[in-house]
Order: sequence, then C-alpha cells, then structure tokens
Amino acid sequence: MEQQIVKVKNKKGVRVIPGFGLSLGVTLAMLGTLVLIPLTSIIISASGLSIREFAEVVTSKQIVSGYVVSLSCAFVAALINAFFGLMIAWVLVRYQFPYKRLMDGIIELPFALPTAVAGISLTYLYSDKGWIGAAFSKVGIKIAYTKIGITIAMIFIGIPFVVRTVQPVLEKLDRQYEEAAAMLGASRIYTFFRVVLPEVFPALLAGFGLAFARGIGEYGSVVFIAGNIPYETQIAPLLIMAKLEQYKYADATAIALVLLLLSFLLMLMINSVQIYMQKFSKG
Amino acid sequence: MSENKQEIYQQDIVGDGVHSIQKVIEPPKYDSSNAVKYVLIGLSTLFLFVMLILPLIVVITNALRDGWAAYKDAVLDKYTIKALQLTLLATACAVAVNTIFGLFASFLLSKFYFRGRQVLAALIDIPFSISPVIAGLIFILTFGNIGWMGDFLKTYHIKIVFAVPGVILATVFVTFPFVFRELFPVLNAQGKDEEEAAALMGAGGFTIFRRITFPHIKWALLYGVILCTARAMGEFGAVSVISGHLRGKTNTLPLHVEILYNEFNTMAAFAVSSILVILAVLILIARSIVEWKAK
Repeated sequence: MEQQIVKVKNKKGVRVIPGFGLSLGVTLAMLGTLVLIPLTSIIISASGLSIREFAEVVTSKQIVSGYVVSLSCAFVAALINAFFGLMIAWVLVRYQFPYKRLMDGIIELPFALPTAVAGISLTYLYSDKGWIGAAFSKVGIKIAYTKIGITIAMIFIGIPFVVRTVQPVLEKLDRQYEEAAAMLGASRIYTFFRVVLPEVFPALLAGFGLAFARGIGEYGSVVFIAGNIPYETQIAPLLIMAKLEQYKYADATAIALVLLLLSFLLMLMINSVQIYMQKFSKG
Repeated sequence: MSENKQEIYQQDIVGDGVHSIQKVIEPPKYDSSNAVKYVLIGLSTLFLFVMLILPLIVVITNALRDGWAAYKDAVLDKYTIKALQLTLLATACAVAVNTIFGLFASFLLSKFYFRGRQVLAALIDIPFSISPVIAGLIFILTFGNIGWMGDFLKTYHIKIVFAVPGVILATVFVTFPFVFRELFPVLNAQGKDEEEAAALMGAGGFTIFRRITFPHIKWALLYGVILCTARAMGEFGAVSVISGHLRGKTNTLPLHVEILYNEFNTMAAFAVSSILVILAVLILIARSIVEWKAK
C-alpha cells in the first residue's frame, strides 16, 4: 500500500525537495546561452560548405600533415605520460619520503601555470641556447622547433591527468592481493604485471585518453616550441588559427569539425574499452 | 620505514594467530625492494624536476636577467597593468558564472531524477573536451561579422568579437564545468535523504540549501573555484582567437606574454610571465590548504 502511494506521487512528478523548476531553469538557460548556442554555430557554419569543398580542405596536404603531427605527437606524449604517471602515482601512494607533500602539490602545476608561460619557458629551455637544448645540440639533436619539442610540451600539459586518475585507484587497491601473490611465490615483477596492473589499467587508460585528448587540442604551450614549419611542425589547432587570420572561416570550420570528430571518436573508443574491461574483470 | 613495514606484517599475523608463516612473509629480497623504491622515487623526482620545476626556474632567472630595475619596468608597464586588469576581470566573471551554474546544476543533477539527466551531464562536460582554439572559433562563428548573430549585433552597435565581452565569453566557456565537476560527486555521494527529511519537516528551498546542502559542499566549492581561477587566468588559445590582440584593450596577461615574446623582447615576456608564475604558485598553495582542511 505504501509503495503504491510513492509510485503515484512519482508518476505525477511530485517531488519532496523544492527548487526543481528553478534549478532546471537556471541550468538550462546558462548551459544553453553560454555553451550550446555558440556550439551549434559550428554546425550551421559547416552546413554552408558543400561536401566537395569540405573534402578539398580537409584532405589538402598541409592540413593532413597537421593532423598527423598533432595525433602522433600527442600519442607518443600520452604513452610517455602513462609510464611516468603510473610510476609517480605509485611512488606517491606506496612510499614515504621527505617532501612527499610538495611532490604531490607540484603535479598540478601544469593545470595552474598558464600555457603560454609554459610554452615560452619550455622553448627557451630546449632551444640551442637553453640549458637542456644546448647539451643536446652538441650531440646533434635539435629539440625545439621539431616534433620532439612538440611532444615535450604535450608531456608537460598531460602528466597531471594520468597521475590524478591513477592515484585514487592505487590508494583503494587492497595490498592483500599482492601479499597473497608474494606468498604464492610470485616475483615482484610478475606480481606487478598480473596483480596490480590489471586493477589500475582502466584508470590508466582513462588518464592516457585524457592526456591524449588534451595533447591533440593543446595550443598555448605547443605553438612556441613548435616553430610552425609547414608540413613539419604545424599542429592542427595552429592551422585553424592560421585560416582564421586569413579570414578563411569556412576552412577553419572544416578543420575544427574533423578535429572535434577525432577527439569524440577517441573518447568513445576509450570509454568502450573501459566498459569492456570492467565487464571482463567482473566475469 | 622498512622496519615499520615488517612490524606491521608481524602484528597482522600475530593477530590472526598464524605464527608459523611469519618467516615466509618477511620479504626475502629485502635489499632489492629497497633499491627499487629509491630508484622509483629518484626517477619520479628527476622527471618532475626536469619537466615541471626547471621551466619555472627558467622564467624566474630570465625575468631577473637584466636586473631588478628592468624587471620592475616590464612589470609596471602600462600595457602590462591593463592586461592584468582584463585578466582579473575575465577571471572574476568566469568564477561568478561557474559558481552560480555549478551550484544549481549539481543540486539539480544530484537531488532530482528526471529524464535526460545523463545527457545533461554529458553536455555540461563538452567545454572540457574541446580544443581551446575551437572554443574561440565558435564565438567568432556566432558573433563575428560572418556569424549568424553578426548582422543583429551590427545594427545595435554591439561589439563582442575582438572586444572585451568576447574575451570574457571565451574564458567563461572554457572554464564552464569546473565547479560543477567538483560539486557533483560530493552531492551525489551524499544522497538526498537529508534534504527530503528537511523538506518534509517544512523547510523552504533556500533554508534546505543553506542549512543542509551547503555545509557538505563548501570545501568542494572552494576547490572548484580555485581550479576555475587557475584555468581562467591562464587561458590562451580561446582568448587568442577572439581577442584580436589589441594592446591595452583586449590583451590578457598570457596574450601580452605572447606579444612581447614575438617582438623578441624575451626578458619582458619572462618578467610578465613571472607574475603568472607567482599567481600559479599561490593557487597551488591554496589548493593544498583546501585539500588538507577538507580532510
């Protein structure tokens, strides 16, 4: 009987807590005017393009090379970040050492430091005159104004994403399993790969995905160190910028649309792998 | 430390009453595990030093390269002050919009169940996954001369693109979900029983929020505001597209850094950067304090 009353109430949409209408109204109004309406402009603008024009812009050599540079550098940077991010998260969770809190706080620096500042600073550091760049240029390796430089900038901005997604999972991980594995005679490396890694892998993948996506879209920290050599170190966001400066709005829209599609697909892929893995691990 | 670890192991075992396994559990390769620990700590420290700390040192040393007087000149330059003012204005707007939206949206999505809840949550996250350059582009496509609102704005002489409102809008857009993302998990975990009880006892909407909901989220709110401030202050890509780089008018601090750098005025660029570095460090400290207090 009691249950029935509750059901009827819900059907009519009667809610106990007041403020539903106000909250919904404010949320939708702000989201609509500040995010959704501007966002539809890109679709309106793209619909003005014929498919042939669109394909022509997007498949031109310069634009394709921009996508390749952005994707490949972001991918390598995200891989390196996944490795070091996992290591740093492990160190922060499992070990006690002096200045650990400081280390934990510093991780977020790339979030707090404006990207333009990071950009010029990294460029200076890795240019032929800079502290690190000079050492490498003696061996004949150029870092600034090459793809290596772009990758380094993307590592800089991506590292907190991996650490901050892996860290909570490692904290929750029960050490009993590792102890059990050790008791059963597994080596530390074997334990790590067969016991710890499968548990943190979904989080690691999520962190990898976030770092990857951020790398693809990143502009501020990358433009300075990239040097913007056509076909070599021009990233996709920079090409959008260049088209805008030439008032070629249609071209810019086309490039942006493909970039949006790429990052959307990437997120979708990572989400589905995560869901698959969660199902798999639960049996 | 390693001593402690061993003790804990032993206590556990004694507690379970399995004395005999004690010897087996003592880590057999004690030295190697300690070596692994120090190698890992060392590598992490090295990585963080080279990737994160060294760039900060570069900024500070280069800012002070030509002496204190030159540094002061660069920082107190008319255009630098103007840029700082615009940055602070845009940041304040972003924080205000963020806070209002974050409070309403997180309350809505955690306390009420309605159709389309998931979709709404996904839509709120959009600005987070979009390239800043694209964020700037959409405002040009909306309010610019070629935008669908361009003619309307022209007839009423409202300028948004290449003007201060554009800079503010772009900043608001890129920071949009920050506070919401901090508040929502906390409110969601808290559930809605307390609010329902209060409502059934006759409390009004505002009272419920002030007395029941808000105490749960005050630290999360502060945390979100700090993150939002950091991002708003440093936003470059989106603002760069929409500002038009008008010196003294639509230039924010990060854009001013870019202009100085492109003019080969490296020392001034780093001097202006140092203001942003100081702000960033302050934000990190505030973040740590809030995190510590919240615990």
